[in-house]
Amino acid sequence: MSMLEVDGLNVWFGKHQQRVDAVKNATFAVARGESFGLVGESGSGKSTILRAITGLAPDWSGTLSIEGQTISKRRPKSFYKQVQMVFQDPYASLHPRHSVDQVLGETLHLHGFQDIDNRVVKLLDDVGLGQKFRFRYPHQLSGGQRQRVAIARALAPEPELLLLDEPTSALDVSVQAEILNLLTDLRAARGLTYLMVSHDLSVVGHMCDRLAVMKSGEIVEIMSVAALRKMDARHPYTQQLFEASL
Amino acid sequence: MSETQTLRQWLLTETPTSRRHAKISAFYKGWLTLRSNTMAMIGLGILVAMLFVAAAAPLLAPYDPFVQDLGNRLAPLGVEGHVFGTDSLGRDILSRLIYGTRITLYIVALVALIAPIVGLLVGTVSGYVGGWTDAILMRITDIFLAFPRLVLALAFVAALGAGIENAVLAISLTAWPPYARISRAETLTIRSSDYISAIKLQGAGALRIITKHIWPLCISSLIVRVTLDMAGIILAAAGLGFLGLGAQPPSPEWGAMISEGRRFILDHWWVATVPGLAIFTVSLAFNLLGDGLRDVLDPKAGE
Repeated sequence: MSMLEVDGLNVWFGKHQQRVDAVKNATFAVARGESFGLVGESGSGKSTILRAITGLAPDWSGTLSIEGQTISKRRPKSFYKQVQMVFQDPYASLHPRHSVDQVLGETLHLHGFQDIDNRVVKLLDDVGLGQKFRFRYPHQLSGGQRQRVAIARALAPEPELLLLDEPTSALDVSVQAEILNLLTDLRAARGLTYLMVSHDLSVVGHMCDRLAVMKSGEIVEIMSVAALRKMDARHPYTQQLFEASL
Repeated sequence: MSETQTLRQWLLTETPTSRRHAKISAFYKGWLTLRSNTMAMIGLGILVAMLFVAAAAPLLAPYDPFVQDLGNRLAPLGVEGHVFGTDSLGRDILSRLIYGTRITLYIVALVALIAPIVGLLVGTVSGYVGGWTDAILMRITDIFLAFPRLVLALAFVAALGAGIENAVLAISLTAWPPYARISRAETLTIRSSDYISAIKLQGAGALRIITKHIWPLCISSLIVRVTLDMAGIILAAAGLGFLGLGAQPPSPEWGAMISEGRRFILDHWWVATVPGLAIFTVSLAFNLLGDGLRDVLDPKAGE
């Protein structure tokens, strides 16, 4: 049974004449413990798939299922204990008036944990931030540190599936590697399943086992990373993408 | 706290040891920011002095503000025993000013409590929920905004009955729509941000998002707006008093004192000018403090 199954997913924005189809008939499955990449140019609907899975994009049709359980339109609280998301821009994904402690503490509180103090400390250690960052505000943190806080928030409910929306694209190159290594380590330590969106083929090659290539809302090809490394593409668009990234 | 550490170091630490410590430390840093702003401190000083004057009015006032002395009416500034002169009924203007601070503070406190809170509530709910709720709440706001403020307040006072409490209530009822508009506009930009999406993904409900995530971001601009509106609020109360619907004579309300002095403004200018200067000073103090508070409340400033 797959961790995540997406079958015939359509996502659109707007109504009637203004309707824009962002994702058309996307179908793929992610096995438990796998790391799956979604690549494509800007506006190809990669992030929209993540937003549809989490319920942030309300207009969608098709079937989404987590461990064989179909997701209803209105997601129960237990869904958010299984699936969490890390946003693209750590400068926008943390509340400017909430300290790290408040961010993590509130998340833990919402998921009904009791030993919040211990868990906050543990989460900060897990993402490589020490105790001293606990009462800092986002403006007192660097981009990489912010993204670590965002990852800690996503890990707080102990999810099984983590959706990563270009987690490093807003960061410096040197910090990118740190965050990617952190994500690799966390996946190994916690047995997480990743669904990762990126426009950077080398990042996907480093992080993922399989990937899907998207173009204007459609998945044109699903391939293994081994095939990516050999640049063994069947679809002309994928070949084009490979050439562009050389 | 270790023995070698001073209180100041404990307050300014980069690594607080507990949630309470972090709060106290943040508060102290905010105070330092405010203190470094000279203009804001002047404003705060004036307001603290005004609070003191209001509390100690019976001790500070040289005369009873209601005692008339018709033989000594319209005495000029600096006349013996009357620093600010006397008004048309021979009452000491200084004493009336001192007692008037109580009324002014009362008006300001009540309006500042009612109007922004109502506005914040309406605006954030309207902006966050959207759809029909937004349409209905905003049309109600439009109706309130479409009336001239004083005329609407007049209607309310006429319905509720004359008196300073009802005047305050009427002013509050007419003052909330701009606050609702501001907080709605802010909510619209905040609601689509990633950090709101992120807390939604933790299963947070609308009530929690509005009160804990949207309000803290709206409040600083509201505080600034409230302090800027204070002068207008005091004057609106005075205007109602002038029309016989606010503070009733012989109450030493500053606005009422101005409208009383208006009759003699050419020959006896101080009767209207002195309370006018008092209103000016208080409004200025609120504006200066509001500006400083905005700097403190915005954590991104001063970096």
